[in-house]
Amino acid sequence: MSKKEKAVRVILIALGVAFIFVMLVLPLITVLAYALREGWHVFTAAVADRYTILALQLTLVATVSAVLFNTVFGLFSSWAITKFRFRGKQILTTLIDIPFAISPVIAGLVFILVFGRIGWANGFLQAHDIKIVFATPGIILATIFVTFPFISKELIPLMQSQGSDEEEAAALAGHLRGKTNTLPLHVEILFNEFHLTQAFAVSSILVVLAIIILILKNIVEYKGQKEVDEVVR
Amino acid sequence: MSRFRFRQKANRVVPGFGLSMGITVTLLSLIVLIPLFSIFVVLSGTGWNEFIADITDPQVRATYYVSLTCALAAALVNCVFGLILAWILVRYRFPGRRLLDGLIELPFALPTAVAGISLTTLYSENGWIGSIFNRFGIKISYTRTGITIALIFIGIPFVVRSIQPVLEKLDSRYEEAAMMLGASRFRTFVKVILPELLPALLTGFGLAFARGLGEYGSVVFIAGNIPYETQITPLIIMNKLEQFNYNSATAIALVMIVFSFVVLFFINTLQFKVSKIAGGSSE
Repeated sequence: MSKKEKAVRVILIALGVAFIFVMLVLPLITVLAYALREGWHVFTAAVADRYTILALQLTLVATVSAVLFNTVFGLFSSWAITKFRFRGKQILTTLIDIPFAISPVIAGLVFILVFGRIGWANGFLQAHDIKIVFATPGIILATIFVTFPFISKELIPLMQSQGSDEEEAAALAGHLRGKTNTLPLHVEILFNEFHLTQAFAVSSILVVLAIIILILKNIVEYKGQKEVDEVVR
Repeated sequence: MSRFRFRQKANRVVPGFGLSMGITVTLLSLIVLIPLFSIFVVLSGTGWNEFIADITDPQVRATYYVSLTCALAAALVNCVFGLILAWILVRYRFPGRRLLDGLIELPFALPTAVAGISLTTLYSENGWIGSIFNRFGIKISYTRTGITIALIFIGIPFVVRSIQPVLEKLDSRYEEAAMMLGASRFRTFVKVILPELLPALLTGFGLAFARGLGEYGSVVFIAGNIPYETQITPLIIMNKLEQFNYNSATAIALVMIVFSFVVLFFINTLQFKVSKIAGGSSE
């Protein structure tokens, strides 16, 4: 390797590492630093708060339900798409991808348009006393919608569903504390009420969950890669 | 006729076409299509003039501009750094490479609200990074720069993960040939490698761009939601909803959906080309 090549290599690695450090690692450190800045007691109080625990439970329930549902869908849809030839396959895959390209805010909006007060399904729901919007089913539905394409897209669904914006979609479902409040929504409320330390303390739970999921994913991938290597050998 | 029978038999070898298609189409309709269709049901109740007035309101038009420019800027930055990251992850071996590789997907795994409050704090006037820039009179939180930074955070995995598999499969014979013929490293990269990576790069760009357009959670805190200045389109939809102005919210949502479809179509066309390269069909 020439001197010039070595220099390019060092510069590129430095640039990449610096970018990841500033853009991804520093925000993580910020969460932990702010969570602990008023001491351990404030941190544990915020984490062990009744509303935090309830929100955590709801997040887990919504995530697990959505992942189970989407796994079933993903298995059947990828079976249909990969094993058979039929007309309109391209259209079908595009339709499955729709939630991927649509803002989570719109995901929430459409469910309000169906099940909300002005929704066309509202009469039926009221007659049978079923609650969807402003209740757990609404949150689960929004979570399913946002993570819908991920299994057939072979992206890791668990990560995305615990990890992201369906919580905003759920925001449209209205959040009643301790009832329809997921953990990321709880973070949002605390932050907006200027309970900074508490918001970051609750966030740190989500950071830890995210890191655990990333580690699990890497272990699974590493094992899969090893098996492939052994077969090749 | 004989060909038709052959195809039928070939289909029967793998079971469950009816079942899997049935379940796929039913669930797709229930979860995605019927709810989306209700947008048109609601809009059919409003007049054409009212619809046009809703989507061309000056404040709404300003949000299109903010959303488009910030998402575009973020996607471009991500293309540059995504290319660098994919390159060093595939071509170089260095300590901590696996950790770096794992970290790329952090924005997928972290709830956007957490990313939002963390970035806002980091880049605010008293934050670790914001205070440095504040000394030079540059504000980041509550400006479009802040929005762009949040969208860079959200978009980076899309670009890296689009390029990585293509770069791994890339046949090094062409590179070697180019170098043997006396092309410089840089020239080889621009003339030989980059054209091969271009579809993947554009796919990553499209995904990051589409995601950036619709992003809400991480942007809402850092944007500050100042009308005409830092208000993004998803935010104005939320504002309209909070005022129970369902018609306006739905009309603006339709504009966003149309735009998303254009991007989605663009990505799917490219993906077809990419899968041909990643499938290893290099002649």
